Amino acid sequence: MLYREAGDFKKSYAEDSQTFPLKLDRYAYYTVLAIAFLVVPFVINDYWASAVLIPFLIWSIASLGLNILTGYCGQVSFGTGGFMAVGAYAAYKLMTSFPDLNIMIIVLISGGITAAVGVMFGLPSLRIKGFYLAVATLAAQFFLVWLFNKFEWFYNYSASGQISAPTRSMLGFEVTGPTASAGAKYLFCLVLVVLLAWVARNLTRGRIGRSWMAIRDMDIAAEIIGVNPLKTKLTAFAVSSFFIGVAGSLIFTVYLGAVDVGDTFGIQKSFLVLFMIIIGGLGSILGSFIGAAFLVLMPVLLKNVMVGIFHWPSDIASHLELVIIGFLIMITLILEPHGAAQLWRVTKQKLRLWPFPH
Amino acid sequence: MKFTKLAIIALAAVTAGSPVLAELEFPAIAYRTGPFGANGAEVADGYADYMTLLNERDGGIGGVRINAVECETAFNAEKTIECYEATKDSGALVYTPLSTSATYQLIPRVTADGIPLHTMGYGRTSAANGDVFRQVFNFPSNYWNGASVIVNHLLDINDGSLEGKNLALAYHNSAFGKEPILTLEALAEIHGFDLTLLPIDSPGQEQKSQWLQIRRERPDYVLLWGWGVMNQVAIQEAANVRFPMENLIGVWWSGSENDVTPSGMDSDGYKSVAFHNAGTDFPVFDDIQQYVTDAGLSAGTGENVGTVLYNRGLYQAALLAEAVKVAQEMHGVADITAAMMRDGLENLVVNEEIMGAIGLAGFGPSFEVSCENHGGPGLGAIQQWDATAQSWTMITDFEESDMSVIQPLIDADSAAYAAENNIASQCN
Repeated sequence: MLYREAGDFKKSYAEDSQTFPLKLDRYAYYTVLAIAFLVVPFVINDYWASAVLIPFLIWSIASLGLNILTGYCGQVSFGTGGFMAVGAYAAYKLMTSFPDLNIMIIVLISGGITAAVGVMFGLPSLRIKGFYLAVATLAAQFFLVWLFNKFEWFYNYSASGQISAPTRSMLGFEVTGPTASAGAKYLFCLVLVVLLAWVARNLTRGRIGRSWMAIRDMDIAAEIIGVNPLKTKLTAFAVSSFFIGVAGSLIFTVYLGAVDVGDTFGIQKSFLVLFMIIIGGLGSILGSFIGAAFLVLMPVLLKNVMVGIFHWPSDIASHLELVIIGFLIMITLILEPHGAAQLWRVTKQKLRLWPFPH
Repeated sequence: MKFTKLAIIALAAVTAGSPVLAELEFPAIAYRTGPFGANGAEVADGYADYMTLLNERDGGIGGVRINAVECETAFNAEKTIECYEATKDSGALVYTPLSTSATYQLIPRVTADGIPLHTMGYGRTSAANGDVFRQVFNFPSNYWNGASVIVNHLLDINDGSLEGKNLALAYHNSAFGKEPILTLEALAEIHGFDLTLLPIDSPGQEQKSQWLQIRRERPDYVLLWGWGVMNQVAIQEAANVRFPMENLIGVWWSGSENDVTPSGMDSDGYKSVAFHNAGTDFPVFDDIQQYVTDAGLSAGTGENVGTVLYNRGLYQAALLAEAVKVAQEMHGVADITAAMMRDGLENLVVNEEIMGAIGLAGFGPSFEVSCENHGGPGLGAIQQWDATAQSWTMITDFEESDMSVIQPLIDADSAAYAAENNIASQCN
């Protein structure tokens, strides 16, 4: 009754092709943005920032990145962890070599460096497909982690091979380092998330996105209608790696502050991001966020419920957490194989007809 | 109606859960799950049981009860941060993360928040320089001491010379495994031995190629810097390539019952360095039996009392409890704060008299902590596994490490950290 187009007249092409055609959606989106920018930074504390919201925002960027490559362009990648490591180490080398460089620029350049590395590892995708490409990207994962462990130049010859982020400020507020305030760190990540999600949304519904989807749906047909597979696949790898590199550099600079490459960017992180986009929904911007929320926030929520409210031993809670999350993944995928985003799409359709479905 | 009832119950639960009395908060960052859970659980049991003992027998420390709530991390950096952020505002006195990677993440945070960090036998070695690392303590021994004690032991059994010998270091390819390399390289130069580095990726089930290389190159000694499953596999692989077990020497994290029992008789003669004793031949274990195990308050099953790792957790809890006593005495307050706890740790004196009073005479070395030296004297002993008797025997006393090599390394590394983070000298 309420959730429908009726009465919401579009008077221009721009209005007709907007991301949120429904008034209700639009208002909800603006409200969320307003709360995220104007309310949350002032009420957030260290726990909510470091354990809940910052990881959620950063993993959303990573999952957006992988969704561009896998969800939109159909190229399966297991190299996400390795590419994140490139972003983190690029940020470290830039931060220590150019102490005066603005942290926002550092994050964006490290994304750019990751994009270049991603294109390099994307080259085999022109010859190999499917599982074989997956194995090639798996090689990227192991090679990159090995590289950052092996060559001391990457970690400035420190005794332990760890990299630690020095303090850097943005507009007079510290955003990295231990003394940075929760609100500043959160806002820094939020700005990047909103910016990159906007870029992703507009790339995927434009010419480039359509060529990615054409390649995904049938590469031979796409080639025949004039889509250049070389350009298309490599742009997908570049854009996706850029997002993932930004996420990696944020994990290192803002979130953790110190990184041990095998521990933080191991193969399990590649799978984590892949699970995010599968659960959230392949080829969906909203799905990237839902997937990240499910896999990052759910464990924290479960832990707080089981340990904080029921006072169960934390190791039992930790075991149960794995069981419950595994169970929820199975349920989600059985009920809706196309992910949570599809669930939302179906709900929206039903809402438009409600309460008169016939 | 129903809702009001629920609200009342919830309110009651919240008020019951919140501390009414003053308590000493020891948030125990532990891991009983994940790839290193088997080892992590034993350390956590020892730590928790000693805290329980203090509560049950003495009513806490100085009349204030201890609240040591565990927070599970599964050896995961993100979860460690979550645990830290969740507990730091509850009046946490000290953190003990039992992971070198996590230590690196926590050092800047505890420094900013003013909470002490005690990394016993792990963590950032150069944190021994208390002049730079105000909040971080790593007494009684650190990795570089361990490496040096092992080399000293090898010197002893080779009549004082390792000239032309070949040592291999099989290490966990992470911050933990890389720590000793610096010291071993310096020692190799002094004593004229060759050092081969063999990194093994975490968690370490796969190390066939490294042992093939050892089989081919036949190093005289292999040093093992592993944790968890990596140790079991390494010892089994060493037996498979018929590497003489007494020439395989582990760090203290590679010297527990968990590491040697899976390979049965093959592991007989395996050595490791240690900074405290194993076994239950100390009076404190009678109290543990009476007040904790028999009372059904054990953190674990109660079966692992007296194992190397259990004793390590217990030792750490005992040292921290002594530091609390020092802090209470210094400030004349029973319910101390994190800043007072730091003072307590910094002025901690451990000698036979004090250790005897808590039923741990001869358990570990005597030492004193000072403002400049947060690392203690760096003593270590060599223990050897007897597979028939299923026990570790100390084959040396607690001996000194080569501080003339280690101190310059500590000074250089901590000076670099101080320069990077603009830390001024704070001891004078």
